Amino acid sequence: VRIAVFVTCWGDALFPATGRAVVRLLEHLGHEVVFDPAQTCCGHMHWTAGYHLEATALARRLTEMFAGHDVIVTPSASCAATVRTAYPRMDPALAGLPVYELSELLVDVLGVIDVGARYPHRVTYQPTCHSLRALALGDRPLRLLRAVRDLELADLPEAGECCGFGGAFAMKNADTSVAMVADKIARIHETGADVVCAADDSCLTHIGGALSRLRSGVRAVHLAEILASGLGAAGPERVPGDLGRADAAAPRSDAP
Amino acid sequence: VRFSDAARPELRDPGARRRRRRAAAEARVRRADAVDGFPGWEALREAGAAIRERTLRELGTHLETLEAAVEEEGGHVHWARDAAEARRIIDGLLPDGVPAALVRSDVTDEIGLDGAEPGPHSKAAVVGAGFLVAETGTLVVADRGDGLTFPGTLVVVAGIEDVVPDWTDLEVLLQLVSRAGAGVPMLPAVATRAGDFALVLLDNGRTTVLADPDGRAALRCVHCSACADVCPVYQRTGPRPYGPGRAGPIGAVLTPQTRGVEAPLGASLPFASTLCGACADVCPVKIDIPAMLVHLRGRVVDARRGRPVPPPEMLLMRGLAWSMGDQHRYERTLVRRARWARLLSRDGRIRRLPGLLGKWTDARDLPAPPRQTFRAWWRRR
Repeated sequence: VRIAVFVTCWGDALFPATGRAVVRLLEHLGHEVVFDPAQTCCGHMHWTAGYHLEATALARRLTEMFAGHDVIVTPSASCAATVRTAYPRMDPALAGLPVYELSELLVDVLGVIDVGARYPHRVTYQPTCHSLRALALGDRPLRLLRAVRDLELADLPEAGECCGFGGAFAMKNADTSVAMVADKIARIHETGADVVCAADDSCLTHIGGALSRLRSGVRAVHLAEILASGLGAAGPERVPGDLGRADAAAPRSDAP
Repeated sequence: VRFSDAARPELRDPGARRRRRRAAAEARVRRADAVDGFPGWEALREAGAAIRERTLRELGTHLETLEAAVEEEGGHVHWARDAAEARRIIDGLLPDGVPAALVRSDVTDEIGLDGAEPGPHSKAAVVGAGFLVAETGTLVVADRGDGLTFPGTLVVVAGIEDVVPDWTDLEVLLQLVSRAGAGVPMLPAVATRAGDFALVLLDNGRTTVLADPDGRAALRCVHCSACADVCPVYQRTGPRPYGPGRAGPIGAVLTPQTRGVEAPLGASLPFASTLCGACADVCPVKIDIPAMLVHLRGRVVDARRGRPVPPPEMLLMRGLAWSMGDQHRYERTLVRRARWARLLSRDGRIRRLPGLLGKWTDARDLPAPPRQTFRAWWRRR
């Protein structure tokens, strides 16, 4: 299957390892991956912050840019949810862009559960709000994680509760946002996991940023990076000159 | 007062936070039993949402029917434009010098009434209505065991949207409130009383809400409190930061609509949510609170667009939108911002950012942007 990657602006700038993992994983599974550098931002941030004119212009741009692609994948549940649920509200003509969140693509479109990954860590999974409620991913990410070799999956108590990110909320209501992530981190620590995983780098920026500030030692890692770990004999790909990977306590890092 | 400022002192009370969390967790368990194990729940929600939508669409007709039915039973209907007028009317209806008892409701809270529960010696009582059945002019108070048989003066207070066309509709709504609110198939005691009372119907901004097609669904609310029980924000802050109106998610969509989006409270309440969607999932009449919050955020921003000096946030957001609108502008921005961000970082982390972004780094690190963006990697591979 020819798959177009929508890497998201956030991922492009701050978490390129996630996008690289998506490419590596899909190519490992034998698919053709294309990336159009004309892509920028889906407009999620502008839409939820109330800048609807600006968001709609970005939505139009992205829709035109991806026109003609049958399968588009994004490693962000919130960006996928924006395309699916917010675009039709901005303009009914923007409905129907075939964007899939990574676990949807793997499980529903490609029919894969065991991608062949190996990840020797104790991992807990945080179902982000857009994964859980807007996209209704259900247990797709968990099924993918359970199939990863040497991965020990720990149940996160009260997993369905929001981590407190919420885009603009994290700034406009910073105190309440931090109060929420403090409780989330307490639950994460209860699991004894050394990695917290999710299908969205935006929530992971929040959880990971708080874990990093607390020097918790627990790392926030995107689902894609775990699924792309240990594929093939060569092991995980390394990118020269990419800082932030080597430091295990950094807020987010590449797959170890 | 802005929500965020009012929330700060509430966050400092761990005991209250723990109590709210525990109560909410218990309510969620009860509701899960009453809802998840009930196969007809989704159909019942659909029916309830349709009943409430239809009632709001034909509200004028139902209110006229209600008024006629109450007067036929010997009661009388008074119309109050706002909370102050409602208080004045109620004062005039109650006998002088006798303390009035109170059966509280969200509406009695809204107009600021207080008083003790009615007892056998109460000479006058004010009752916040649950519902009012239009066809028979009947007052309904859910979850009230000792009935509504007060000997003295009875003044009933309700919002104009609390009307229910007939008893068939009422039965559906009572099931929804019972399951979603109390977590039981049917509240064991529902008190009713035919219309021999003075009824004060309150507008207080509701007609403004009805006029906004994207906001009016908020008036479907049947006062079950399920949205507050699942709201992660409400569990941390409690009711006070939501101001004088309703608390929790429904208040965050109603108060800005009834009081406007210009004042600090009305302008900040639409942002007092992470849009996590838990409220929309449990709402028995399917109010899409997150979508409504986004709509109201648009109104807040639009109200600011005309300012002669744009606020810093607007400059930032417009600048970002401009950069994102073109590949080359976007790529230039990526390189420049990343370079600037790396200058502020140490050991791969940014611990302090200036200006608006400082709100983030007050309590959270940000990773330093890697030297190679995804697109740069793609080009070179």
